[in-house]
Order: sequence, then structure tokens, then C-alpha cells
Amino acid sequence: MSTIEATGLVKHYGEVKALDGLDLYVPEGTILGLLGPNGAGKTTAVNILTTLIRPTSGSATVAGADVVKQPGKVRKRIGLSGQFAAVDENLTGFENLDMIGRLYRLGRDNSRVRARELLERFDLTEAGDRPVKTYSGGMRRRLDLAGAIVAEPPVLFLDEPTTGLDPRSRTEMWGVIRDLVGKGTTLLLTTQYLEEADQLADDIVVIDHGRQIAHGTADELKAMIGGERIEVTVTSVDSVTGAAEILARFSGGDVQINERSRKLIAPMSGGSAEFRHVLRDLEEAGIAVYDVGMRRPTLDDVFLTLTGDVAESEPDSRAATVGV
Amino acid sequence: MNSLMWAALDSHVIAKRNVIKIRRVPEVLMFVLISPIMFVLLFAFVFGDSIEIPGGSYREFLIGGIFAQTVIFGATFTGAGLADDMQKGIIDRFRALPMSRSAVLVGRTASDVIYNVLSLIIMALTGLLVGWRIHEGFVSAAFGFALLLAFAYAFSWVMAYVGLIVPSVEVINNASFVVIFPLTFVANTFVPAENLPGALRTFAEWNPVSAVTQAARELFGNIPPGTPEPTVWPLQNPVLYTIIWIIVIIAIFAPLSVNRYRKAR
Repeated sequence: MSTIEATGLVKHYGEVKALDGLDLYVPEGTILGLLGPNGAGKTTAVNILTTLIRPTSGSATVAGADVVKQPGKVRKRIGLSGQFAAVDENLTGFENLDMIGRLYRLGRDNSRVRARELLERFDLTEAGDRPVKTYSGGMRRRLDLAGAIVAEPPVLFLDEPTTGLDPRSRTEMWGVIRDLVGKGTTLLLTTQYLEEADQLADDIVVIDHGRQIAHGTADELKAMIGGERIEVTVTSVDSVTGAAEILARFSGGDVQINERSRKLIAPMSGGSAEFRHVLRDLEEAGIAVYDVGMRRPTLDDVFLTLTGDVAESEPDSRAATVGV
Repeated sequence: MNSLMWAALDSHVIAKRNVIKIRRVPEVLMFVLISPIMFVLLFAFVFGDSIEIPGGSYREFLIGGIFAQTVIFGATFTGAGLADDMQKGIIDRFRALPMSRSAVLVGRTASDVIYNVLSLIIMALTGLLVGWRIHEGFVSAAFGFALLLAFAYAFSWVMAYVGLIVPSVEVINNASFVVIFPLTFVANTFVPAENLPGALRTFAEWNPVSAVTQAARELFGNIPPGTPEPTVWPLQNPVLYTIIWIIVIIAIFAPLSVNRYRKAR
């Protein structure tokens, strides 16, 4: 039996179907990445599994307890870190963790010891006795995450743990999360970034409009959408067709063309050698290129490939662009 | 430990958190303490000589009303605090913890009493400076203060409920203004209820704010001899009438608020 099991979760808000029949299975000690754009239903799923809201229909168990019938039992076995660091700004880092320990009923002495321990582990010892008001965004997130594991729960829910963080804090956060799960915790993580799911999750479920649209490991998903992308912007609109022909030769025909911005995007699996060949062929054909680059597939590409729609989220712009 | 003891312990943890907040955000406290001083002084000096109270001084009459109005306004902090916690996602964190389902509200309403205790002390001192005196004994006066606090405590459960249903802190601040001003002005707080016309007078006579004000005046000995006896039951039995309201408000709004908290959204 999986540690997290959800079948047919549906949540309606009036006319809006936030979830429309979602199934999730997370085996013990593994990480599931729930990937989707804003409004896909990720937070709704987390809220149901953490007993914050009731599903309209469907059922779920977390660590063996039913989320609707035994919410108290579920709460004893989970930790939650939400989308917005829900720490009290006026309390110090220590006071926040101490309070959460007390509310998990660890007792006064245990709560204090645990709070100090976590501050040290999350690199917040020095800031521990300052009000959280003075913390940076990354520090708040770390404190929030520390709050989720105060009682060492066997199941953790992290709702977009790195949204809004700068790249450095994000990488730090990934390290912290990996550490946690090394210890046998079962984790459900939501994210808008394919790269994040790739870095952390054993298994990825892609959702949109409250439904699963793909499921697999990071490698399986990438294979499904065709690995890296090459992006070419030509200087003249007249050479768009010529460039498209060249790209089609390498990508097996699958080229997206945007005439107005003179931009072409195609999947590319041959790495840098192939990249050089594309450049060479473009030059030989006398096509002047304004910008060209290789980048990893983003959530946008996943959505484009799986649904034919453009995802309504910010694109992950970690493109390695080469000016030509 | 049984669940009631856990609830008490959890509430204590929450109350402690709120008290830390009172200490760390002195701006709020400053406002809480300065506005009652302002009210006492404004009313005492602006209206003090133009409103006549048969057989007594307006300043003595006034203090009971200002006490009542101020502690009721003080109760709105409960709603604003909860709305703020909702907005910041802190309530969701609490709701996902294996803690008592009433503790966030019990702890909040309890710790907010501190605001009212402090503002009553400040107002009493200001009142003494402008000529207000307690003419009954210490026990009676202490009972008067306790009744004011208890009424405000009950009212804070109403505000707790409102705080959980409004979308933001701004809404609750404006909404409470619109409700509390009429509630505390259409009463015997600033002028005797008998002076009000028709329907307003009836409202004022049955308004619990009038009763708690009347009770405070009686217990402080601020009703001058020769004042005409009130003609309606609530004002003839203000202490009892106030206690009934306290019980009824808590009996309705405490379960309602806890239920709302459990569901939140």
C-alpha cells in the first residue's frame, strides 16, 4: 500500500472544477513531483491531502488514515510547508519552531531542544533569536520548511517550496529537501518547474485543469517531449521558411514557427555536435541569424507537446543563449 | 491528558504567541492607549460644559460611556488579528497541526483582553485627572471593570467570527467602524437614553451597550442622586441584563466561530 493514496479526487468551487478526478499514489520513502501551471489544481490537491479542505468527491488516505474520516490522525503524521512561508513575522525563528513543537505536543523541553536543533540544521542559528521580519525570502522558506519537520512526520507536503526564490536560494533549498528525503520521508512536492521536479522527484505527475495529463519519471517525460530545444531567431522574415527546413532535418519535422517574431523552436537530441551542424547549415544556406541557443525543455514545452496549449505560467528562462 | 486539558494548553501556547506580538509591535499598543486618552479629553472638554446631566456632572456621566465604547472597539482587534493570520496563511498552518480545533480562537480572544485591561487603566487615570471619581467601594468598582471586560470579551467572539469570514484586514477595520459607531452612539453612552427621539430611544434602551454603560455607572457610583429612575427593565437591571447578553453572545458565537475555523474556506 502506498503512503499517499488518492482516488478520483474532485473539488468544485461553484462552477469551477479545481480538481476533476485526480489519482495519486506515492510509495513509502519516495518523492512525487506534482507538476503544473498556476491554477492546475496542485494546491487544491495538497489542501485535501492535508485535511485543510474536503473533496467534493473521491477519497484519500495518508499514512493509513482517511483524510475525511480521520483528519486528526492524518495531522499527527504529516508536515506541511505552504506556498507562502507561513511563519509569524513578529516571532523569532526560535519562537516559531518552539510554538509549532508545542502544538505538535512534543512537550516544553523537547520543543526547545528540537527548535535549536532545526535552526542549526537549516543554517539559521545566528538569526534564530531575531524576529522573522528581518529574514530574507530564502531564510523564511527554510524556517517554514523546518516548521514542517518539527515533529519528524513520516509524510511531508511541500507546496511550491521554491517559487519566488532567487536561483541561489533555490539550489540551496533543493539540497535541504534532498537531505530530508534521504531519511525515509515520503514527500509530495508541487512545482511549476520541470527542472525542479527533475532534480528532486522519483516520479512526476503532470496536471492541468485538475486532471492528470502525463505520468512518468523525469527521463520518461523528457523522452516523451523530445529532450532539449533549439531556438533560432532569424534576421529576416524571408528566411524563416529556409531555416525551418534546416531545423526539420535535425528534429524529425517537428518545428514550431512564429513568423512575427521570426523565431523557430525545435526539439533536438544530438547535443552540441548537432547544434554546430545546424549553425553550419544555416550559414551555408546564407541565412542571417539574430540569435540562436539551446535550452532545456520547460513546462511550456511539456504543455505544448502534451496538450497543444501554451501553459499559463511564466516560462522557465534558464536558456543558454549563444549570440551569433 | 484529556482533550479539554490539551485545548487549554494549546490555547495558552497561542495566547503566548499573541502576547509576544503585542510587545514586538508597540505601534499598535500606542494607538490602543492614545485613542482612549484622546476620547476622554475630547468629550470632557468639548461637550463637558454644554451637555447637562440632571443633578450631576457630565464628566462623571461620560466616563462610563467612554469605557464601554473603547472596550468594544478593543474587541475588534480579535477580528483584525484573525483576518491577518488568515491572509498570511498562518491559520492554514495551524489547521494542519494536530492541535485543538478551538485553541487558535480561545487563545486569541483571551490574549486580546490585555489590550482592554491596559486601555481601561489608561482611561481611568485620564478620567481621574479630568475630575471623574469612584463613589462606591473598591469591590464594586472592580466588579464594574470586570463586567466591562467580560462584555468586551464576549463581543470579541463576534469579531472572531467576522474575522474568519472577511477577505482581508482592511475590510474588517472598515466594517467594524460602520457597525460599532451606531451601536455605541445609539445608546446612553454619551447622552441619556431618554433624550433620544422615538425609535432611537427604544433601540438605545434595549441596546446591551447601554446596559453595560449603566451598570458601570452604577458600580462606580456615577449616577447622581435625583436622576430619574429608568423606565425599562434592561436599564433597571443593567448588571443582570449585561450578564445575560454576555452568556448569549458567547453561547452563539463561540461554537459558530470554531465551526467556521474548522471549515475555513
